[in-house]
Parts: sequence; C-alpha cells; structure tokens
Amino acid sequence: MARFLQKELEKMKKMILSLGTIVEERVHMAIKAIETKNADIAARIIQSDHEIDEMEVEVEEECLKILALHQPVAVDLRFLIAVIKINNDLERIGDQAVNIAERVDILAKSKVHDVFFDYSQMAQKAETMLKNSLDAFVNLDIDLAFEILAMDDEVDNIKHEAYDLIKEEMKKQPDCIGYLINLLLISRHLERLADHATNIAEEVIYLIEGDIVRHGKALTD
Amino acid sequence: MDADLKMSVKQLNFFYDKFKALENISLDFYAGHVTALIGPSGCGKSTFLRCLNRMNDLIPKSRVEGKILLDNEDIYDCAVNVATLRSRIGMVFQKPNPFPKTIFENVAYGLRVNGIKDKTLIADRVTESLNQAALWDEVKDRIYDSALELSGGQQQRLCIARALAIKPEVILMDEPASALDPIATQKIEELIHQLKKMFTIIIVTHNMQQAARVSDITAFFYMGKLIETDKTDTLFTRPKLKQTEDYITGRFG
Repeated sequence: MARFLQKELEKMKKMILSLGTIVEERVHMAIKAIETKNADIAARIIQSDHEIDEMEVEVEEECLKILALHQPVAVDLRFLIAVIKINNDLERIGDQAVNIAERVDILAKSKVHDVFFDYSQMAQKAETMLKNSLDAFVNLDIDLAFEILAMDDEVDNIKHEAYDLIKEEMKKQPDCIGYLINLLLISRHLERLADHATNIAEEVIYLIEGDIVRHGKALTD
Repeated sequence: MDADLKMSVKQLNFFYDKFKALENISLDFYAGHVTALIGPSGCGKSTFLRCLNRMNDLIPKSRVEGKILLDNEDIYDCAVNVATLRSRIGMVFQKPNPFPKTIFENVAYGLRVNGIKDKTLIADRVTESLNQAALWDEVKDRIYDSALELSGGQQQRLCIARALAIKPEVILMDEPASALDPIATQKIEELIHQLKKMFTIIIVTHNMQQAARVSDITAFFYMGKLIETDKTDTLFTRPKLKQTEDYITGRFG
C-alpha cells in the first residue's frame, strides 16, 4: 500500500518537474523577447500557453486522485499539498510570460525605439529565482529556498526604480505614454513572476519543515 | 493543555512474567478529550489500555510498576476496590459482546450488579443510556427483544450504552469499530464525538484515519514504548520523530 503511494508520489514529482521545465523555457523566451523586442518570440509564447494550462489541470487531477484514494499524511501529505500549490504557481508564471509577450508585441510594433529602462538585471534575477525554487524543491534544499525569499526584495527594488524612471520619462515625453505604460507593465509582470517563485520557495520550506512561512513569518505555534 | 487532567500515567512498566511489554510510559489524559493510541500489532497499546482499568490483573505472572492516577489517586493502591474502579472506568471491546438477554437487560445489567433495585431509576437510566449511545430511536419499540437480533453496529452501540449506564468517568475503547462496516463505523465515530463532552475517552485503533478523525490527542506506541504524543492535527501533519512519520506514512519495515 505504502509503496504504491510512493510510486504515485514519484510520478507526481516527475509531472510537476516537466511542467517546471516548460515554464522555465517560456520565461527564458519572454526575457529574450524583452531584450530583443522580438514579436515572433512573443507570438510563440502566447500560442503555446495552452500546453501549460493543460498540464496544470492534469497535475491537479492526479493530485486529487491520490488524496482521495490514498489519504496521505505527514510528509506525504505535505508533499502533495506543495505540488498542488507549486502547480498553481507555475501556471501563473506561464501567464506572466504571456503577459510579458503581449507587452513586447506592442512595444515591437511601436514607432518608439528608445529603451528607457534596462530590464536585464531584473529579468535575470527573476529567472534565477524560478530556477532555484525548482532546484530547492528537487533537492529539498531549505537554505536555497530561504535565499529566494531574500532575492524577492531585490526584484521589488528594481521594480520601484523602473517606476521612478519611467514616470520621469512620461513627464518628458507625454506623447509616448502608451509605449511607456507597456514598458512599465513589464516590471509588474516580472515582479509577479518573482512573487510566484517566492511562493514555490515557501512551499518547499513547508514541505521540509511543516512551517508556513508566508506573509513574512512562521504562523505555526 | 488547558483541560482538566483526568488520568495520569507515570513511568509505567508492565511485565508478562519476564517479558517487559511496556517500558517507562508516562502519559496524561484530559477530561473532555479523546486520546487515540496507535501503533503496529504487538506494540503494547492494548496492554496499556487494559492497565488503565486493571483488566490485566487476572493475567498470571503479570506485574505492574509505576503509577496510574485517576483524579490524583493511584488505581493500583491496595485500598482500591477494583469493581468500583471499573464502574468509573468503563470499557468497550473490539467485537460487540452483548449478553444473550433483552436489549433492556443488557443496559440494566451493570446497574443491577451495582445493587440498584429502583425499577423507575433503572428504566430511566436505560432510556438515557440508549439515547446517549444514539441507539434509542432504533430500538425503542423492541427493547424487550433479544440483543442478539441487533446488527453488529447496533450491538456495539448497545455495548457502549451498557458502559454508559453506570455513569463512568472514563471510557476505554479497544478498536470499537474494527468489526463494523463504514456506515456503522461512522455512527460510532459520531458517537465518540458526542460523548467526549461528558467523558474522558481513550481509544485504541489500527485505523489511522479513524484516529485522525476522532481524537484530539494521539499517542504512538512502538515495541512497548511511547514514541511520540501530540495534538492529533500536529502528529498527522508534522510529526516530530522519523519513527512516527515512518509508521503513519506506511514506510515501516
């Protein structure tokens, strides 16, 4: 019975990591699209998002099946809950990649060609957070998970920088407001992407220690 | 723990002749709470349960060390009357064991044994106990029929009513639902939930989901030792010890 459950949980791990790999790839493409203002890459991200959505549903259905049939407890229960939540975060990260792609598509078609804000550092940090959160999950690496929590503040700071700089630019070039709003929104999407990676890290901490560390503190006892 | 301490086991050892079946167990039981004892077969949980109302006294060459306090008095004190003790600490067994008598007489039995002769009092107490055991509505029209005509689940609730009739303070249950179907099991579990408001309940169960559902506190026994005890929700989500985790997740052996 227990071994049967272990096999099912192993299968879940593989499924969620496959989803993780695809989502990482889409995020990588989105960052490439920002760097190069490439509408083709953006279009590919938008067109293929349904794959992520379908996988997310599949993972959730499998998790529900295991919950109903095996009623896992303790570490097995925490693992399954972590998978359900990570699954949701990965799907949302996929959506952020789509959002970025939509912004890039508009930017690419715009006549304004100046780059008013360099997103490379923010994008690289967000991408690293996603990669590390999945690594922390695979290796049950709690130290790495806590590092991701710290990185989230760095991403938030860059978002504030982007806000200030782009706001200034809007004052200078009121005729480019549409372009600048789209540029600003990219910072919002990258920041949300990093938030979801942070959620994954928090799920990993819950999985390992059983402590809920959301909202900046452990809520248990 | 805010609740009132009802029973307290202190450094209990129990021997079947030379075999030490329980080793240095200390565990508290609180009024208004259900405590579940879990662990693999032979871990000592039933032996432990039977120590709590001195059911093991009759086993030849058995021996108890340590203390078991009920309301701060040692139940193994030589001044304790065992019959009185068992009227304070009732027991329900794995298999329903009604007497081959009427439903009424099964419940009245303990009262009669305890010297109660007042017919009105007995009748009232039988009704009250059957009600408490959530059986009254099903049997009220046939309480003078044989108890053996009842279904397994009804028989088990009758046994609970029989235990309740003498107004115990603590109820020990040794796998009370293991011989019952899921519907009868659910009724017993709901009943336990109702009864814990009035009694201190200690239940041995092999069914871990049942322990999770019915108890407030769970104690995990292994090889005669108490390995871990904690609030049930904590023990089933994040047990402190690997041995407990291995057992409840089925990784044992």
